Amino acid sequence: MLFRVNHSSGVPLYVQLVEQVKHGIEMGAVRAGEQLPTIRKLAEDLVMNPNTVARAYRELESAGIIEVKHGAGAFVSQSIAGPTKVFRKAEGIVQAAIERLASFGLSDEEIRRLVENALAVLRAGISQENRNE
Amino acid sequence: MNNFAIEVSGLRKSFKGQAALNGLDLNVPAGSISGFLGRNGAGKTTTIKILMGILKADAGSAFVFGLPITPGANLIDIHRRIGFVTEEKELYPTMTVEQIIRFTRPFFPKWRDDLEQRYMRMFDLPARKKIPDLSKGMRSKLMLLLAIARGAELLILDEPTDGLDPVAVEDVLREIVSLSAAEGITVFFSSHQLEEVEQIADRISIIDRGRCIVSGSLDDLKARYQRLNIVLREEPRSPVQWLDGAEYVRQEGRTVSILASRNVTALAEQARSLPGAQVEAYPVTLKEIFLDHVRGN
Repeated sequence: MLFRVNHSSGVPLYVQLVEQVKHGIEMGAVRAGEQLPTIRKLAEDLVMNPNTVARAYRELESAGIIEVKHGAGAFVSQSIAGPTKVFRKAEGIVQAAIERLASFGLSDEEIRRLVENALAVLRAGISQENRNE
Repeated sequence: MNNFAIEVSGLRKSFKGQAALNGLDLNVPAGSISGFLGRNGAGKTTTIKILMGILKADAGSAFVFGLPITPGANLIDIHRRIGFVTEEKELYPTMTVEQIIRFTRPFFPKWRDDLEQRYMRMFDLPARKKIPDLSKGMRSKLMLLLAIARGAELLILDEPTDGLDPVAVEDVLREIVSLSAAEGITVFFSSHQLEEVEQIADRISIIDRGRCIVSGSLDDLKARYQRLNIVLREEPRSPVQWLDGAEYVRQEGRTVSILASRNVTALAEQARSLPGAQVEAYPVTLKEIFLDHVRGN
């Protein structure tokens, strides 16, 4: 699978990597048992800190998503399921929502900002219901 | 066992009564790539010169690999383990590229021929050109080669990408990442390019007026900091006393922007308790953390 990180999004890079691996599995870009790039290779390819890559792999390992075999590299866990029904369904919901928003005349950038802000608001523990007085 | 490549504590240095360092504390964990940020005159170069042993601190201590740095002491062993690239980029003007490499090599028993040749090729350095005839970028690359090829365990780089074109910047950054991953080298580098720091550093230290004002893991900082944007129904008659964690507050009319370093949920609650307040939270970039801290200090 191909990785791509946004250095200026404010989202920690290791979180972006973790999300991308999970997404790659959900999309079927990597399958159970397949190997991920080594820490060094990924750090060089993306020109990012190897400790950051290592942290992402540690998180994925402790979540049971990948298995790190010493000397051999990192592999997607055998037990991991491929694209799930829930994910397919979620994709449909997001697609419909985006099409709807686009029909209001919102630009891609505006839609992305709305989604990112909604996520950030959730992360900061502000519930949507209480946002207005 | 000591896990810090660099340990600085309570460092003070004045020049003609002007304090350059004002009780600086700084730790660089071994194996990290640490970005050293600060405005011009904040004390970065003074710190690096003290670490090199060419300036003497008025007070405080500096250790590299657990060994004390004091000018005049025998620093040869420790200097063999550190590669420096400094701002001035002074090199012997009468020598060619080839000559300065041949001149430098014998000082370092662990000299790496493989790295020397690799960087000559990668940086496209002209072996027979005299040093004054090199461009600024070429001189930076040459200094980087001399610092890396000595087999250093720690690289201290003062603005290593200054004067390089974007392709060369990416080459240098990739090489730093690669050295860190392949050889476990610790890198401590200063830079004004916040994007490049954000790209390769796993730790940062921000200094201002000779003191360290922010320090830690970049991921942790980014996870901890949030920007709260608040729009009020009407302009408050008296300034709001924000809770702890509001590092820097800006207000323009009915809009308030808060850089929060912690306590984000409580701050958002507080904002929401104001009449008609709309609250939005955003992740922040290193640039925002830097600008708000340095301006707010």
